[in-house]
Amino acid sequence: MMLEVRNLHAYYGQSHILHGVDLEVGEGEIVSLLGRNGVGRSTTCKAIMGLVPPQGVVKYRGKDVAGLRSDLVARCGIGYVPEDRQIFPTLTVRQNLELGLKKAGKFGRWNFQDVFRLFPNLDARQDTAAGVLSGGEQQMLTMCRTLMGDPDLILIDEPTEGLAPKLVEQVGLLLEEIARRGVSILLVEQKLTIALKICARLYVMGHGRIVFEGTPADLNANADVRREWLEV
Amino acid sequence: MEIVLISLLNGLVYGMLLFMLASGLTLIFSMMGVLNFAHASIYMIGAYLAFTVSQVLGFFPALIIAPILCGLLGAAIEIYGLRRVHHNGHIAELLFTFGLVFIIQRGVQMTWGMLPMAYRVPAILDFPLFTVYGANFPAYRGFMLLISAGMLLATWLLLKKTRIGLIIQAALTHPQMASSLGHNVPMVFTIVFAGGCLLAGLAGVIGGNYQTTEPGMAEAMGPIVFVVVVFGGLGSLAGCFIASIVMGVIQTFAVVIDYSFIDFLKPLGISVTADNLLTEILTVPVARIGALLPFAMMILILLFRPRGLLGTRDT
Repeated sequence: MMLEVRNLHAYYGQSHILHGVDLEVGEGEIVSLLGRNGVGRSTTCKAIMGLVPPQGVVKYRGKDVAGLRSDLVARCGIGYVPEDRQIFPTLTVRQNLELGLKKAGKFGRWNFQDVFRLFPNLDARQDTAAGVLSGGEQQMLTMCRTLMGDPDLILIDEPTEGLAPKLVEQVGLLLEEIARRGVSILLVEQKLTIALKICARLYVMGHGRIVFEGTPADLNANADVRREWLEV
Repeated sequence: MEIVLISLLNGLVYGMLLFMLASGLTLIFSMMGVLNFAHASIYMIGAYLAFTVSQVLGFFPALIIAPILCGLLGAAIEIYGLRRVHHNGHIAELLFTFGLVFIIQRGVQMTWGMLPMAYRVPAILDFPLFTVYGANFPAYRGFMLLISAGMLLATWLLLKKTRIGLIIQAALTHPQMASSLGHNVPMVFTIVFAGGCLLAGLAGVIGGNYQTTEPGMAEAMGPIVFVVVVFGGLGSLAGCFIASIVMGVIQTFAVVIDYSFIDFLKPLGISVTADNLLTEILTVPVARIGALLPFAMMILILLFRPRGLLGTRDT
């Protein structure tokens, strides 16, 4: 198993956010993590990355990475795209992408040409401060920045949040491209349409634990789960 | 006229010295959130180390060795002190650096004694560089300008043109993101802290014989540097630079200006003659309150523009 999470707990100060999360992502697999706001999906990503202190088992390709410093987790091959994007606003688009590289000039599956071919908007604005890009452009930049580091597994938190339908479609295309290049994806989403379309397997979270596991077809067949844990 | 020109140059020299201290302080603050009270103490250590090293090896080796020692000391403080205290929050960090001030103060007094050191300008630079209207401009001040301008350029190049500079800039805004992209942010913090201390040490080397090397020099310099950082705006090197030069020039001018506020009122046709408190305040010569001016300006800027000249945030 590529990523194996067992009985993962996490706290923000006094509040207990994750109550024993179990999940797995296989090599080359696309897995969705669904659920309403505040159930702990983002915290799960952060705990895997070591941005929130994790308690429990986080194994990456058999190696225990729980509690490692984030940069070391990243260097194992896990990429992370945060929900709040966190682009470096005063730096240019190109500099943001450069920061994705783990070592200067060391390219893996992705390079500048790839990014600029996929997103001509970013090409035209290479030397613009990233802070002035539109929300959609910033989202593409954030995803591409992480891809530049050539992760084998990428955790993507709510990439379509607040984006216009046309841009959501672009995010979908990029996700497909990522999968085509053999990168595994753990996708945190609220929009069922996009998640169900691209993933092979999914988890539904509620109150800090996994409440459902199955294929998109299983979820479609299970109206109770959808009503109780997903629909607003 | 000659006073204006010479004071301007002196103000520039002093301002650049301030900037060497304040730039490190503002970088450390904006990146790590640590207000390093001990920054001026490192400046003092730089001066003392330079004095000791220069007695053995001469001034120019000291110019290189003392700042490096200060940088190493800074790295040690960050790794063995701040990093451990960090988990307990900003108050703990503040108290830690505050404690360092006293430890360094006592340490310096125990090692070198209470009296001022005979740390003098090296003979080779001890001549008037040029004379304007009969007033001399010492070569050593020109040398200080040269060193500080060189350091400014080097820091700028490091930040803007190198990869480590790029990572430093990234960690300034989103340290967690920089870390998730695989960059060793704690090491970046150590580099910045050590770099700031190196600059402070260098300021001590060239400032120690420009002013006096004595146990009170950290206390004298510390508050002014804080004023510069607040005035320029936290997190902005450009603001910090402007503030340093402005403070330097203001302080040098204030010393040589022979007027009092009442002299400025006279041309407006206002004359105050009554014998009361207001008149008393107005007749104090600017030269005597020169040392107060920076603090008065800090209060004004805190009241009317809390983020400072070019600050990026309100903290």
